[in-house]
Amino acid sequence: MAAKQPIIRFVTSLRKQTMPGEAIITARNIDKFFGEFKALDDVSLTVRRGERVVVCGPSGSGKSTLIRCFNGLESHDGGHLTVEGQELYAGSPEIRALRQHVGMVFQQFNLFPHLSVLENLTIGPMKVRKLSRAEAEATARKYLERVHIPEQADKKPAQLSGGQQQRVAIARSLCMEPRVMLFDEPTSALDPEMIGEVLDVMVELAGTGMTMVVVTHEMGFARKVADTMVFMEQGRIVETSPPDVFFTNPKSARARLFLDQILEH
Amino acid sequence: MTPRSTTTSRPIAGPGPAATPRPMTLQNWLDARPVAIALYLAIMAAICWSSYVGAQRMGYNWQWYQVPDYLFTITDDRFRWGEIAVGLVATVGLSLASFALAMALGLLVAMLRLSGLVVGTAVAVGYLELIRNIPLLVLLYLFYYVLGPIFALDRWAAAVLTLGVFHAALISEIFRAGINAVAQGQWEAAASIGMSRAQAYRWIVLPQSIRFMLPPLTGEFIALIKSSAIVSVIAVAELTTVGRNIISDTFMSFEIWFTVAAVYLGLTLILSVAVSRLEKRYAVDH
Repeated sequence: MAAKQPIIRFVTSLRKQTMPGEAIITARNIDKFFGEFKALDDVSLTVRRGERVVVCGPSGSGKSTLIRCFNGLESHDGGHLTVEGQELYAGSPEIRALRQHVGMVFQQFNLFPHLSVLENLTIGPMKVRKLSRAEAEATARKYLERVHIPEQADKKPAQLSGGQQQRVAIARSLCMEPRVMLFDEPTSALDPEMIGEVLDVMVELAGTGMTMVVVTHEMGFARKVADTMVFMEQGRIVETSPPDVFFTNPKSARARLFLDQILEH
Repeated sequence: MTPRSTTTSRPIAGPGPAATPRPMTLQNWLDARPVAIALYLAIMAAICWSSYVGAQRMGYNWQWYQVPDYLFTITDDRFRWGEIAVGLVATVGLSLASFALAMALGLLVAMLRLSGLVVGTAVAVGYLELIRNIPLLVLLYLFYYVLGPIFALDRWAAAVLTLGVFHAALISEIFRAGINAVAQGQWEAAASIGMSRAQAYRWIVLPQSIRFMLPPLTGEFIALIKSSAIVSVIAVAELTTVGRNIISDTFMSFEIWFTVAAVYLGLTLILSVAVSRLEKRYAVDH
């Protein structure tokens, strides 16, 4: 907690220096249907290496669906989606290899309840990347340190608080050494007093230069970390702006209304 | 509404205000402990007595003293298992072999059903409906008298196959329910760290579904032990066949059938207790 302010300053300065890298995720005009319902409607978005994109918008606007498309948990129905140079489509054989480079953090943590914290972190590296147990455990302990809970390694997920569980989930993704991290409302299922510790870890992660796409309503976090704000409504991207523009003078009336609603508290 | 009385911690015995003494309804009277115990003993005594009297009336010659020899004998410090004990071992062996086959086949059918492939679902559902709608005895005859000569199956193989194939249908449904009971998010989390579907099954989903499956699987194993008695019709030398053979030698049908029933009961009760211990080990709190 004490380290919070310096890190944020570091991140802010880092952001100003970083030049946009090559595109990691390129979505061109993608559509997604759930039955009759159009969840994504002609969405185009480019995420570059090192870029932090925060996606916000009212619930049901397609934010989660969009980032779930980015690692193939949902398949898009129209348009083109390229991740790490691979064109994704339903059932494309490269999806598995790709997911190893695209980490995902879920709203409900989705830790493996039958495994200890350490086993949650090592099972992917051992079974998927075929690392030895010793290598996997060394990596796991490194990332548990990174999320500030090395002492919880031998507990079961159910013994941890929500905030700790979500930090374990972040560490689990990091153990696969991903090149992009996707966060699907990572703090929405948390008690208010635990949101801070998870956001701190995410801010620190941003400080390492990780490419991140974050769906969140935490506008304070967005302001600190985002390079690009994306505002969605009814399956469409309504606005894509840098955060200083988005928060002070949003281009769209819809975004302005949304910000008024969530910032007035 | 009557106002709440002071004795709210009293166990709920029936409607009515709590402060007044329990009204002597028929149900309350029957549930009083001395009455209940006396009644239970009276019913048990009546059953035993009426069977005894019935047996006496038909001139049945009780020979309980002969029964222990069929369990085990000790002569000149030599201990020997009796025929019923050997039959019990055969029943356990037959049940274990059949259950192992049923588990393997059941898992395969459940995964075919859950594969999402049209062919997989069709094969699984076809198998399920076929097995569910043929009587076990007819299935046994099919395996022994029809498939037996074709594939050179002896009576043991026919028995194991029949019981395995029959119970696999029910076990596949237990597996399917257990797998479906694991939260969808677990599949997604496994996929998000690059696991294949097979890896997700092996390392994430199946270990978690065991606790959903254990109670119904125990029930199924007990059902299998009981239905294994049916293979006595093709003279597989298990517990029921042994019982029949002893009776045809000695005519002690009452004693032997009581004993055989008690042995089955003991076996399945022990199994229930053992598994309830196992369940506690696999309990995972969320």
